[in-house]
Amino acid sequence: MSHLSEASAREYWRRNKALMFKLGLIWFAVSFGCGVLLVDVLNQIHVGGYKLGFWFAQQGSIYTFIALIFYYSRAMHNLDKEFNVEERD
Amino acid sequence: MDLAFTTYLVVGFTFAIYIGIAIWARAGSTKEFYIAGGGIHPIANGMATAADWMSAASFIGMAGLIAFMGYGGSVFLMGWTGGYVILAMLLAPYLRKYGKFTVPEFIGDRFYSDAARIVAVICLIICSVTYVIGQMKGIGVAFSRFLETDYATGLYTGMIIVFFYAVLGGMKGITYTQIAQYCVLILAYTIPAIFISLQLTGNPIPQLGLGSTLVGTDTFLLDKLDQTVQMLGFPEYTTQTRISTLNMFAFTASLMIGTAGLPHVIIRFFTVPKVKDARSSAGWALVFIAILYTTAPAVAGMARLNIMQTIEPSPGQYLELDKRPDWFRNWEKTGLLAIEDKNGDGRIQYSADPESNELVTLDRDILVLANPEIAQLPNWVIALVAAGGLAAALSTAAGLLLAISSAISHDLLKSTFMPSISEKAELNASRGAMALAIAGAGYLGLHPPGFAAGTVALAFGLAASSLFPALMMGIFSTRVTREGAVGGMLAGIGITLFYVFQHKGIMFVADWRYLEDWGSNWFLGIEPNAFGVVGAMVNFAVAIAISQWTPAPPQRVRDLVEDIRVPMGSDVVHVNH
Repeated sequence: MSHLSEASAREYWRRNKALMFKLGLIWFAVSFGCGVLLVDVLNQIHVGGYKLGFWFAQQGSIYTFIALIFYYSRAMHNLDKEFNVEERD
Repeated sequence: MDLAFTTYLVVGFTFAIYIGIAIWARAGSTKEFYIAGGGIHPIANGMATAADWMSAASFIGMAGLIAFMGYGGSVFLMGWTGGYVILAMLLAPYLRKYGKFTVPEFIGDRFYSDAARIVAVICLIICSVTYVIGQMKGIGVAFSRFLETDYATGLYTGMIIVFFYAVLGGMKGITYTQIAQYCVLILAYTIPAIFISLQLTGNPIPQLGLGSTLVGTDTFLLDKLDQTVQMLGFPEYTTQTRISTLNMFAFTASLMIGTAGLPHVIIRFFTVPKVKDARSSAGWALVFIAILYTTAPAVAGMARLNIMQTIEPSPGQYLELDKRPDWFRNWEKTGLLAIEDKNGDGRIQYSADPESNELVTLDRDILVLANPEIAQLPNWVIALVAAGGLAAALSTAAGLLLAISSAISHDLLKSTFMPSISEKAELNASRGAMALAIAGAGYLGLHPPGFAAGTVALAFGLAASSLFPALMMGIFSTRVTREGAVGGMLAGIGITLFYVFQHKGIMFVADWRYLEDWGSNWFLGIEPNAFGVVGAMVNFAVAIAISQWTPAPPQRVRDLVEDIRVPMGSDVVHVNH
């Protein structure tokens, strides 16, 4: 059984969910937001030959997804350390 | 060297590598067979996941779809990558912590019910089988086009190769071949793209080339593309919406949660040593996937422009029938490209108007395969594209076959019907199940049933509407009960199948549909392919409602949920069943 007290287990899970929620908002904003719902507005702006909304839908959202996963992975690694719940080697 | 010989050489070389790996990476235990021993490095697993995930549809089909759907094709790009964010945050780490072999195993244990396990096995088999038929067809088509064999011979050759490494090595053999297959497919995809980007824009990076100006002009490539398609009467490339904004929203969401719920992808994350590796491995997987997925829109736009400029080199100057290039004639032989000189002027007019359009057939799937020929690249590049298409189809087929065979040998045999069999017997059973699965997939590839056309709709719709919600609720709620989970999964699949069948025909037999395929009876104007997200919402709602009225899960299940949320002690299994 884990040595984590019930209170700190709950706090660890709450912090994890808060992080997921924050990153989830960005995930939603770059794909469904910039890539679908606001695409016409953003298409008024040009970056090189790309219309910005089109760029988010076909390029930008994917780059952001990668950054989100690595950010989550690092932040959770730090959270694991803080609560001393890392796996043993 | 002529093309056929070069192609045999390149494809033969890649096959020799796969067989070499099969002999080297044999599985000696069920743990090796199901999860490659659980010691795969997260970057290596990321690469294997990318090959596992990117199928013949991604390699051959996707750029063609985008080329003709323009902005509307973005649903595939966002949907098939955004799912990895969900997977990395909501599923992979906790399922890795749970530390078992299969997806139905988790559902069966978490929902303390053999019924839930069996429903999960059925969902897994239906979505994996429909998916694998597409891969088998891809193998047959790639062989028959590039190696000039007939379709069946190509299919058998592919089956023998998969048989070698999947039956001998299980997940262990599959993992190492997938890493090799990723290298082959990504080279095959990016090399022609770099050449074409250089030719058109002078920029060697296709992702930048798509946003650059055309060589020797001040005109941006995308502006030129927009103008050209509009002159022919097609909608503007960069703003062409897929049906409606709501439909694009639902389509993207369905593909995202379908991606996160596909068992053959999820089980890849059981092969890494630790929970933290499962998180980072999802990131690496997406890096390797993104190399292809961000190149695809460039390939799409550039190939569309190339084709139009081949047919109409300068405004009003159409290509003469007699002077059409060799690749034109080659693809006409396959029936995937066809021309008809309707006005008899000896030239080919291309237009959005079906009355005057003389390029009567232009199959979307030939775009990637014909790309190197269109751009007049050397033969070895064309041969590499053939090897890449085969690698994409083989790697995905193997992953799907493993998901199917482990569900049969582990979840049905070991966990449900014959709990007392020894590990050695289970390992033999899993090899037998794998051989059967390969034979079954081959049979379906040779005799594709009517519903093969609905592959994408069914596989993603089912994964999204059945497995994903059950997995997510299993992790995020301690209150959802077995009755809730089973009811939710059945309701989710039920409504998704109902909607797909009513527009596409029962079992995809078009004559058996009772509402029109394309039209006004769509729920909120959502096309059947995009309905998975609605099915998922029904699943969540039904499961949560039933759970309110049924007794709470036992304490040991609540302990299990608390336990998988924390990485510590991932070697310890707390639940005895």
